[in-house]
Amino acid sequence: MPKLKLPLPPGLKPPPERPSENGHGEDRSALKQAGVSAVDWIDERTALSGGARWLMFRKIPRGTNWFYTLGSATLFAFLSQTITGVFLAMYYDPNATRAYESIRHLTNEVFLGEFVRGMHKWGSTVMVILIFLHMGRTFFFGAYKYPREMNWVIGVALLILTLFMSFTGYLLPFDQRSYWATIVGVAINGTGPLVGPYLSDFMRAGPEFGATTLPRFYSIHMLLLPGLIVSLIAAHLYLVARQGTTAPPWLRADKDPDLRRDET
Amino acid sequence: MPADPKNSKPKKSTAEAGIPGAFEGETVTRRRFMTGTAHGAGAVAVTAFTLPALAIGVAPVFEKHDQPWQALGPPEDFDDKSYVAKTFTATAGIGEVGKSTVYVRKYNEQIDSEQRDEYNAYIAISTRCMHLGCPVRYVAASELFICPCHGGAYDKEGKVSDGPPVRPLDRFYTRVQDGLVEIGPRFSLNSEMRRFSPRDPGQPIDGLGQYIYPARPTVRKLPGT
Repeated sequence: MPKLKLPLPPGLKPPPERPSENGHGEDRSALKQAGVSAVDWIDERTALSGGARWLMFRKIPRGTNWFYTLGSATLFAFLSQTITGVFLAMYYDPNATRAYESIRHLTNEVFLGEFVRGMHKWGSTVMVILIFLHMGRTFFFGAYKYPREMNWVIGVALLILTLFMSFTGYLLPFDQRSYWATIVGVAINGTGPLVGPYLSDFMRAGPEFGATTLPRFYSIHMLLLPGLIVSLIAAHLYLVARQGTTAPPWLRADKDPDLRRDET
Repeated sequence: MPADPKNSKPKKSTAEAGIPGAFEGETVTRRRFMTGTAHGAGAVAVTAFTLPALAIGVAPVFEKHDQPWQALGPPEDFDDKSYVAKTFTATAGIGEVGKSTVYVRKYNEQIDSEQRDEYNAYIAISTRCMHLGCPVRYVAASELFICPCHGGAYDKEGKVSDGPPVRPLDRFYTRVQDGLVEIGPRFSLNSEMRRFSPRDPGQPIDGLGQYIYPARPTVRKLPGT
């Protein structure tokens, strides 16, 4: 067993060794030794291992099942969107006269361009579906109840931000479908009473679809919304780690034997 | 405070509170003053870059856009029986994307219920469907403007004849200048063909609608029309 301190639950940990002792790790390769000492070097200066253990080795209730993986699945869908999106941005040109051509070049000529763009495009749908499944799990398992109401609220905010992501991302390929879907989407937004017309002008940066509309959508899609989503995900995960997960509703809480005796 | 009878009155000054080195008449401790100053300076710094950044994002909502008059063609191109489709530049500077189509015919007393004035010798009808903004096309056989998206249909005057649209098709001001028919800014119409400042699709302007969906600073109809 390596001396690595971080990810081992208490039961698996080897007995502590003194750093000065020479006898340890004769069978250990020098490489392993170097890795362990590098991690130790960082941990000595940051004390991250406590936080990492707090985050990773939590107690989970009996009855935890596959439905509990939907949140992580959503997180990984978001990570996939982030990674593919960063590299797609290297080829994209958010200019009304050149956007379509840059997408065509990416799709038809760049090595694996079509594949990565496809992952981003279909991944966005997957992410929305996973969010709703995750939300359904939370709802039907009653996991939104006290003390987890705030995490439900953060989750709803994340859902709305994700739908904004879908809306702003839909324009970017800048083909006929994107363009007209955005015209329609902005018009739907404009039917909101009193503020709708002004919000539409804000989204288009003017009364008509203009030269700055596409960069505006692009900036919101790849800078503003991801920043908000990342920070809200951090808050979401912090609360999950702090409050723990709920047991499925079909399991009754184990009662203390003393209490059970009192009841009879 | 009432829990501690010895300290029941809050101290007015640092000297009264017995803080060493207190100045005459000093009411805030220096620690408190420094904390407040540091926080205040931070708030000023954040505001100084956030407000201007927000301002350039929001400014387009308040900037007026003037649609310049542009020529469509000589008067011989148009008649008062049917529509002729013409391409014009709705937004300058973005090439093909900024182009749009307008349907034009001469004013015809048998079709048009509105009064003749200086801006409607030619009727120029926008192709933007007033349901949600898809492009309508004129079908001469049925004398209808038909929208491909959700089945909106408009009669020859641009009034809604079927489907979900909430008001007649928008129009453009027209005039004849130097022997050419020109179109100018867009305007919207309510169901009685009264002119309003341009609204977006989906916004009814009959009755209360004109207040629920107010005119925006970015586009106005021509004054006095």
